[in-house]
Amino acid sequence: MSIPGQWYLILAAALFTIGALGLLIRRNVLVMFMCIELMLNAANLSFVTFSRMLGDIGGQVVVFFVLVVAAAEVVVGLGIVVAIFRRRANASADDLHVLKG
Amino acid sequence: MLGAVHPTIPDSLTFAVSAAVILSGAIGVIVSRNAVHAALSLVATLFGVAVLFIEEQADFLAVVQIIVYAGAIVVLFLFVIMFLGVDRRENVADEPLRGQRPMALLLVAIALGGVVALGVSAHWATGARAVAGSTTAGHHPNVYVLGKSVFTTYLFAFEATAALLVIAVVGAVVLARRPRMDEAAGLTGDEPVADEPDGDPADPVAESGAGDGSPTHEEVSR
Repeated sequence: MSIPGQWYLILAAALFTIGALGLLIRRNVLVMFMCIELMLNAANLSFVTFSRMLGDIGGQVVVFFVLVVAAAEVVVGLGIVVAIFRRRANASADDLHVLKG
Repeated sequence: MLGAVHPTIPDSLTFAVSAAVILSGAIGVIVSRNAVHAALSLVATLFGVAVLFIEEQADFLAVVQIIVYAGAIVVLFLFVIMFLGVDRRENVADEPLRGQRPMALLLVAIALGGVVALGVSAHWATGARAVAGSTTAGHHPNVYVLGKSVFTTYLFAFEATAALLVIAVVGAVVLARRPRMDEAAGLTGDEPVADEPDGDPADPVAESGAGDGSPTHEEVSR
């Protein structure tokens, strides 16, 4: 008998809340991005778990697409970070309160 | 409710070790002062999630997780961290918004407690079984079933992700390129403009695609 799905879902909830906590308390933009990745992984874990609990391949397909979107999101996000860093040598989210370059 | 079924010892051991690695890696991401250490902790979490994917018979996703996340995304993170030189320590004790951290901790604890309470008091997963195709249709391997689903039911979404990736690549190139001389002249005075003696007005995509490596050394050395 394999592990019941509830354990995975509780683990995914814990992982998601850790990521949300990091997003709220950290100031470094790069670390905030990593926390978003943590939350995406928690959602992926939930999707795979639901896929197994319901015997449905759709959950795994969703995870596949989430991986693609996460890769695109990181590429664009890090491009923005690099562009901001060119203007002001700082990676703190508190200093980014104006949109003007 | 949680003790209703008894998993085997190897399964329990795999889950326990993976869960410990995932949670310690996640906590490492949010408490480490050095961004490089945070990225390495993220790798631990991603590997733990990949192991759990294998444990849940999602073999293809486990491999993709390691290749795409640990192989591409984290390397991109590390590249940007070292490119920008932000691997110096961040002052974590500095708290610009008073009382924000305890409030964040409280809200996150409430959210976690709410989700777990909802799951325990209700059914964890409800709904129709195997709408988009069974995970074990005809005892085919996981890659077969997933590939068949992606290329039939979800073909349009798959094509859309191809367009998304192209847009993301072009957007990243445009964002990260160094502004040309005539553009930079109207901006802030501290912008370093003097480079490329020939200074050909190439189109942005070709220019930064060819010379993406050259600004790196200048940025780092300055």
